[in-house]
Amino acid sequence: MTFKYKNVYLNETSTITGPFEEKGPLARFFDKSYQEFYFEKKTWEQAESKLLEESIEILLNKLGKSKQEIDLLIAGDLLNQLVSTNYAATNLAIPLIGIYGACSTSCLGILIASNMVDKKQIKNAIVSVSSHNNAAEKQFRQPVEYGGPKPKTATFTTTGGASCYISGSSSTIKIDSATLGTPIDMGIKDAFHMGAVMAPAAAETIIKHLRNTYQDINDYDLILTGDLGRYGKDILKEYLVNEYGVEANNLDDSACMIYDLDKQNVYAGGSGPACLPLVTYGYILNQMNKKRLKRVLLVATGALLSQATVNEKMSIPAIAHAVSLEVVE
Amino acid sequence: MNKKKYKEIVDNHTPKENRLFNCFVSFFIGGIMGLIGQLLVEGYSYYLDISTKEASTFMIITLIFLGCLFTSLGFFDKWVGFAKCGLIIPITGFAHAMMSTALEYRKEGLVTGLGASMFKLAGSVIIFGVVSAYVFGLLRLLIIGG
Repeated sequence: MTFKYKNVYLNETSTITGPFEEKGPLARFFDKSYQEFYFEKKTWEQAESKLLEESIEILLNKLGKSKQEIDLLIAGDLLNQLVSTNYAATNLAIPLIGIYGACSTSCLGILIASNMVDKKQIKNAIVSVSSHNNAAEKQFRQPVEYGGPKPKTATFTTTGGASCYISGSSSTIKIDSATLGTPIDMGIKDAFHMGAVMAPAAAETIIKHLRNTYQDINDYDLILTGDLGRYGKDILKEYLVNEYGVEANNLDDSACMIYDLDKQNVYAGGSGPACLPLVTYGYILNQMNKKRLKRVLLVATGALLSQATVNEKMSIPAIAHAVSLEVVE
Repeated sequence: MNKKKYKEIVDNHTPKENRLFNCFVSFFIGGIMGLIGQLLVEGYSYYLDISTKEASTFMIITLIFLGCLFTSLGFFDKWVGFAKCGLIIPITGFAHAMMSTALEYRKEGLVTGLGASMFKLAGSVIIFGVVSAYVFGLLRLLIIGG
């Protein structure tokens, strides 16, 4: 399902990160970074909630708006029952839609917000996501200090919060269309190889988006997936060629951009709902504002698993949602 | 594309783990752990003038203490990441599994967090340790009569 928008703009964004991202190659594009993982809070859950809340506060400051002027907050994170989102939204007191799409949450949120803004149901919306490495490790894997050995294909959950403000008032970045993905399961069971789990979902959404909007892959300056990791990116490229005969030379993956894969010990790259928006709101929009990139297709991919389904040896379904951004001349 | 063909693409792009090197590192570091243990036993029995059996208990307590201390200080997880089974299989791994879980769940309360979750990783070791001790003890009894 693809939606075309007439009048939806991405007006402003904010990013906040933890220490690992601050040591990565995109550090100078982030609004704020902390040096430690607790963010002056007592637990990982509180820390992640603070990331989300603070990213929204930074966004409101940049916009010069009060929270009463915001019609809707659409937000999501990785933790059980969306606790980071729920606590942050409670403190902010903005009407909330909490969404879960694993690492595809950011694009799903932008899609829902854009639909509502385009139909004039709301004037504006903030879309936020967060993820926290230690909170995710605790929930999905082992206790943080255990740090059991991982294979090379594992990914490193990004610590960060990212928010964007979407409205009908014009700005340089227009959201021109978005495609809702369908969950698919290619039978991969390895929770340490998320790139392999999610690559087919990304491919299907990319192709569906191009077909529905009558475009060629080269009509985009960049197709940015997030977050397949370095091996997942190669799998996606080969899958696109084999299955659809599409050569994707303009494809990159946010997991490979947020960290220095050669120097930082992050296995196959970054992951988590915050990975793609951190790279996009920090670096990609900067490049778009400088007109180095004019049309970008964001494809956020999510692996739809839980700790229980992994233990029960079920194969992992994945989903991907696409959002098309373009620079308004 | 069917799942089998997709699996082939995935396998082509999945890097091989360097198992031989990992085995060597684990073997080497596990060996060093054994050496440290033996030195502690010898040291305790020599300087404290106690039997080897008592000294072994002292050695185990020392290694558990060090494992817990290093885990709490926050760097033992990095050692484990490198040495893998070289540090996981010896008693230090057991101490590390208990301590890291205790640290993680302490904030969820003494009873509902620490008490309830402390054996999340180590519980399997205890259960299957007892079961295998029983099975092998029984086998030994049947084969060589005790």
